[in-house]
Amino acid sequence: MSLSRRAFLRNSRNVLVGTLAFSNGAIALLAPSRAWSLPLNHLSEAEGDTLLKVTRYIFPHATLEDAVYALVVKDLDSAAADNTVNNLLSTGVRTLNDRSGGNWRNLGTEEQFRLVEAMAGSPFFEKIRSTAVVSLYNNELAFAHFGYQGSAGDGGYLYAGFNDLDWLPEPPLKDSGVIPT
Amino acid sequence: MSLTEKQKTFSHDDDNVVVIIGSGAGGGTLANELAQQGIDTVVLEAGALHTTADFLADEWASFNQLAWLDPRTTSGSFRLARDFSGLPAWIVKAVGGTTIHWAGASLRLQPHEFKARTTYGDIKGANLLDWPISYDDLEAYYANAEDRMGVTRTNGIGGLPGNNNFKVMHAGAQKLGYNCNTGHMAINSAPRKGRLSCQQRGFCFQGCRFGAKWSTLYTDLPEGIATGHMELRAESHVARIEHDKKGRVNAVVYFDSDGKEQRQKARVVAVAGNSIETPRLLLNSASSMFPDGLANRSGQVGRNYMRHMTGSVYATFEKPVHMYRGTTMAGIIRDEAHNDPSRGFVAGYEMETLSLGLPFMAAFLNPGAWGREFTHSMDQYAHMAGMWLVGEDMPRESNRITLNPDIKDAHGMPVANVHYDDHDNDLAMREHAFGRGEAIYNAVGALETIRTPPYPSTHNLGSCRMSARAEDGVCNSVGQSHDIPNLFISDGSQFTTSAAENPTLTIVALAVRQAENLGRMLKQGTV
Ligand SMILES: Cc1cc2nc3c(=O)[nH]c(=O)nc-3n(C[C@H](O)[C@H](O)[C@H](O)COP(=O)(O)OP(=O)(O)OC[C@H]3O[C@@H](n4cnc5c(N)ncnc54)[C@H](O)[C@@H]3O)c2cc1C
Ligand code: SF4
Repeated sequence: MSLSRRAFLRNSRNVLVGTLAFSNGAIALLAPSRAWSLPLNHLSEAEGDTLLKVTRYIFPHATLEDAVYALVVKDLDSAAADNTVNNLLSTGVRTLNDRSGGNWRNLGTEEQFRLVEAMAGSPFFEKIRSTAVVSLYNNELAFAHFGYQGSAGDGGYLYAGFNDLDWLPEPPLKDSGVIPT
Repeated sequence: MSLTEKQKTFSHDDDNVVVIIGSGAGGGTLANELAQQGIDTVVLEAGALHTTADFLADEWASFNQLAWLDPRTTSGSFRLARDFSGLPAWIVKAVGGTTIHWAGASLRLQPHEFKARTTYGDIKGANLLDWPISYDDLEAYYANAEDRMGVTRTNGIGGLPGNNNFKVMHAGAQKLGYNCNTGHMAINSAPRKGRLSCQQRGFCFQGCRFGAKWSTLYTDLPEGIATGHMELRAESHVARIEHDKKGRVNAVVYFDSDGKEQRQKARVVAVAGNSIETPRLLLNSASSMFPDGLANRSGQVGRNYMRHMTGSVYATFEKPVHMYRGTTMAGIIRDEAHNDPSRGFVAGYEMETLSLGLPFMAAFLNPGAWGREFTHSMDQYAHMAGMWLVGEDMPRESNRITLNPDIKDAHGMPVANVHYDDHDNDLAMREHAFGRGEAIYNAVGALETIRTPPYPSTHNLGSCRMSARAEDGVCNSVGQSHDIPNLFISDGSQFTTSAAENPTLTIVALAVRQAENLGRMLKQGTV
């Protein structure tokens, strides 16, 4: 994450901030500090925070850090440079708030979920879902969390565990092959 | 030095050249084989020229770098039309074509599959036909293809060592009495013909940086260029094929890298744009003499499009698997590939290990899904094993590539619409295959199994099929179009039926055979 404070001061008025919840998780090992912040260029802080929480309901991973969900908000914020997308997102957030009789973020989790679920299939919901299904799982932090080694595999796993599974019988050589030396 | 830097070049007015459209499995092989015979050949490839050093260990980035992203549309009841309506197929647009992204599984078709109509009978709603060639006609060319591609477990080449994903499939197969091994792969298990051996990267679908996996990009294309009889023009997108008053093709019109229209004369034109672009090009080349498109007197151009019966089964386990490490396709079970109608369907299918990285797993596991069930599966990614199911699908006249006049590409040409309805036989086969795949994983203690729907089609076949009689298809047994003697079909669109096997070995074998026949015809002046 290149969420430096300087970039925030230069580029934007709005910012989403948070703290890593799991100090010993895979992500904490990668992150330079426990605090994170995401500058927003097109969305308001309230919108950004709402979208983050909505994304958590769409793709709920109990132990996945908000910092990773924030990458979805980052991509939605970039997409909101386009007025149509901007409108779609802010109208969606407003709808959630209207249906909450004020601020959706103040509702209990069950209520919040019910209102998100009710919007499933709407263009607002689909915009978030289709962005998140890429952004949420296509970054180094997510790779660390889910146990995918990503570009670390570029040099090959030949001597780095491609066949290290040991809880099943070893296949006979005739069905497999020789490891080149 | 770049591949094309010192190559022989031919003038646009040279009407003595054979023009090949597409540089993938079919086009690249044909070009080399013609050049080896001293026949001057120009290859026009829509995509750009890359080197193995350009390949990315990043699924989405590689897809955006190499895949065919020009617009296409879809219709029909197949699920892809809903999940990926603008992306019906996964095809590469680059020098080397889809042999850059392919996994390398290289299987011969079974003899009975060349006689689909005779073997399976008259299946309602299917347009089955026997191939105009038999397995025996192709056998020597299979042997040639296996040697040139370096297929494991042929020509004394050892099998690849199995990875973790293979171990799970193998153990499950043992319990069910299936045979399972690391297959016939066009991936070097040891260095061969100047190419390195597999380093088990697991990015086979993103291009092999070590060149261990066969691709025309670093085999047939440079070999052809080295003869001094072949010119490769990258970023040359063919828009239409022209013909003379006698109805013989004599030139192709294409757009070069600057978007400028060019016209290359030709004595013969061979189309190898993969089974969506090939019929599109013939249809887009309609003229007053051929109002329904070139080579389309039968009305069969674009019809009988096949994409294989496909699906995947992923399973989760208590202990880690890390399936993404090592060859993407690492193991195969062929025991369901035969024809046994007592299973409730004709024809058969293969089971092959498959893995996706985390980004593609999210995209393909259950497109459109959200919520706990989906995230619960994703949470177990590191403990997942997976396999792909691939079987023969039924050709149908109504499964077809047509032009969509409402949508134009960057050059103003109508794009292809892909229409596909699953046949009942395809559905019954998929159900059976899902069941067997689950049984394999359950036999070794799967916690959960997941049925994953088809990905954008990687195997695209049959849309200009070969047939004994001109009214049944588009080309004859050597890929020469029935209507126009100097127009050839040189890719998977020739397939009369899809068979169960991954198609590329057969595409290459057919291209080698076509080159031999075309060479003879050119020498005898009969084309
Ligand atoms: C992820 C993946 C995995 C696969 N794994 C396997 C496997 O394990 N085994 C197997 O057998 N097969 C596999 N395949 C399929 C295999 O890649 C194809 O069967 C094979 O490459 C098809 O060869 P082709 O010559 O028909 O087309 P391609 O190899 O696709 O080549 C067609 C070329 O034509 C070019 N072209 C198209 N239209 C034009 C035009 N108008 N002008 C100029 N150029 C044009 C395209 O840019 C492309 O480069 C896989 C495919 C994918 C995507
Ligand atoms: S696993 Fe082997 S074949 Fe596949 S990309 Fe890596 S080195 Fe190449």
